[in-house]
Amino acid sequence: MSTPTTTDRSDDLLTQQDPPIDTTLPAAGVTPGGVTGAATTPTAPSRPRGLRSRRTLVGAIVPLGLLALWQAVTAAGVFLPVQLPSPVAVWGAGVELVERGELGGHLAISTQRVLIGFGIGAVLGLVMGAVVGLSRQADVLLGPTVGAFRAVPSLAWVPLLILWMQIGETSRITLIAIGAFFPVYTTVASGLRHVDQHLVEVGHAYGLRGPRLLARIQLPAAVPSVISGMRLALAQSWLFLVAAELIASSQGLGFLLLDSQNNGRTDRLLLAIVLLGLLGKLTDAVIGVVERRLLRVWA
Amino acid sequence: MAITASTAVLTRPAEPVAIRDVARTFTAGGSSLPVLRDLNLDVPAGEVVGLLGASGSGKSTLLRQVCGLDTPDAGRITIAGTPVRGVDPRCAVAFQESRLLPWRTLAHNISLGLPRGTERAAGAHRVDELLDLVGLAEFRSHRPGQISGGMAQRVALARALARSPGVLLLDEPFGALDALTRLKMQDLLLDVHAAEPTTVLFVTHDVDEALYLADRVVLLGDDGRGPGNTIVSVTPVPGERPRDRADHRLAGLRVQLLDGLGVDTHHS
Ligand SMILES: Nc1ncnc2c1ncn2[C@@H]1O[C@H](COP(=O)(O)OP(=O)(O)OP(=O)(O)O)[C@@H](O)[C@H]1O
Ligand SMILES: [Mg+2]
Repeated sequence: MSTPTTTDRSDDLLTQQDPPIDTTLPAAGVTPGGVTGAATTPTAPSRPRGLRSRRTLVGAIVPLGLLALWQAVTAAGVFLPVQLPSPVAVWGAGVELVERGELGGHLAISTQRVLIGFGIGAVLGLVMGAVVGLSRQADVLLGPTVGAFRAVPSLAWVPLLILWMQIGETSRITLIAIGAFFPVYTTVASGLRHVDQHLVEVGHAYGLRGPRLLARIQLPAAVPSVISGMRLALAQSWLFLVAAELIASSQGLGFLLLDSQNNGRTDRLLLAIVLLGLLGKLTDAVIGVVERRLLRVWA
Repeated sequence: MAITASTAVLTRPAEPVAIRDVARTFTAGGSSLPVLRDLNLDVPAGEVVGLLGASGSGKSTLLRQVCGLDTPDAGRITIAGTPVRGVDPRCAVAFQESRLLPWRTLAHNISLGLPRGTERAAGAHRVDELLDLVGLAEFRSHRPGQISGGMAQRVALARALARSPGVLLLDEPFGALDALTRLKMQDLLLDVHAAEPTTVLFVTHDVDEALYLADRVVLLGDDGRGPGNTIVSVTPVPGERPRDRADHRLAGLRVQLLDGLGVDTHHS
């Protein structure tokens, strides 16, 4: 294993921590308010179907264009195949790996690691964030400590994790969980802290306190920030997955990256990158759907 | 509109409110702002009191003291003889801003007002009744983001009414309504009050509204005897409700109250 390249790579990865978040809200079916309810017919909130598929089509233009450019450039022989193989060659590498029965394993183990690590980190982040966001005392007591831990670039834990847990599934998943924890913790804590005090007061005025206030006003009010924290955390999880697998593993997309680099298989390397992009986008899209559903209600 | 006292839902009897020597000074960042002082008012059970006063004179602050959302620095407030400590379950407030929960439907928002322990079916029935009352039955499944400000205000009123409170506190409940809806809502409030006679304290900037709805109109202002505001006049309104909006006796009071608010009514 070549450690220097690994470190370079993880530094690169660290700089792109903020994935773009799709903040476009669905156009709510706003009904003009009539003076008397009886005079106007309310239209149910609805959304034209065609608009959505149009968006998808328009969004596909640039990727397809890039693909065409890639193909054209490689066909014209501008780059050596070791530098940049053609899309067809990358596709071929994928087919070959599938036929050898290896690709499925890489995909499955990577996805599994991300989901488990994200799950653990997100749940812990949610709990800690809720405690610190809701209780002033907890904030004073725990806030600075968690803040200090957050200030440590998460990849700095790697050597320690390896020392404590050896190289293995536990250390990998722990690293991913650390990556997922902080975005959730931060957004949940600040989301709860900044719940509209006017609404909290409504809760008080109507006799809500403690857990009932939390369930009926505070948590629902913080849902949009919780979801956006989850989204950030998921992106972080993929980032840390690659870091974990680059450092030590014998399977997974990160391993495929490193292995391909060592063997000069640029086609497989590009395949791994494309697959990481697709998987990240896919899992992000799942949260995006949940987010849109909720925001349609919350916005 | 048929309004019946809901028998299925716990209805509180109207409660008398006593405000004694109440003072409230806000301190923020070292500076202190005296808002209310020497405030004394007795509101018998079932009376409707209109609160007038310039912007910033402490009308909302006074309502907040009565329901226990805020505590006076001096003096005390009792409802039916028992002091208000913390948020008082006998009160219901409709805030100056509608303050609806944006993630809930209008029906759900209104049900937040139901007294604790209301049976599910009775509660649902009451919510339907109130939606109907404020003319928003067809919008029951809409969210606050999908309705106009005036509609939101009516929902906030319905939410407060859902509580069937002993003391109903309304902070500019009709402020965002157009003239016609406003008159309708005033009549609606009177109907509700006739069916379920509760004690009402409402804030308004509209002198005509105060004179149309209230038994007594209380004017908050500076009487020149110290920092902060207190009651400068209490005006009993003649005549039985529903009043004739064109009653000439009201015209005189109107000029008097507008004068008290510092509005010059003498055009020469
Ligand atoms: N929580 C608070 N902290 C500090 N100052 C406050 C607070 N609440 C109210 N005030 C101040 O008290 C004064 C009276 O406010 P209040 O909201 O009671 O006025 P109001 O009579 O209801 O005015 P408006 O007619 O504009 O609603 C204002 O100067 C306001 O700045
Ligand atoms: Mg006010």
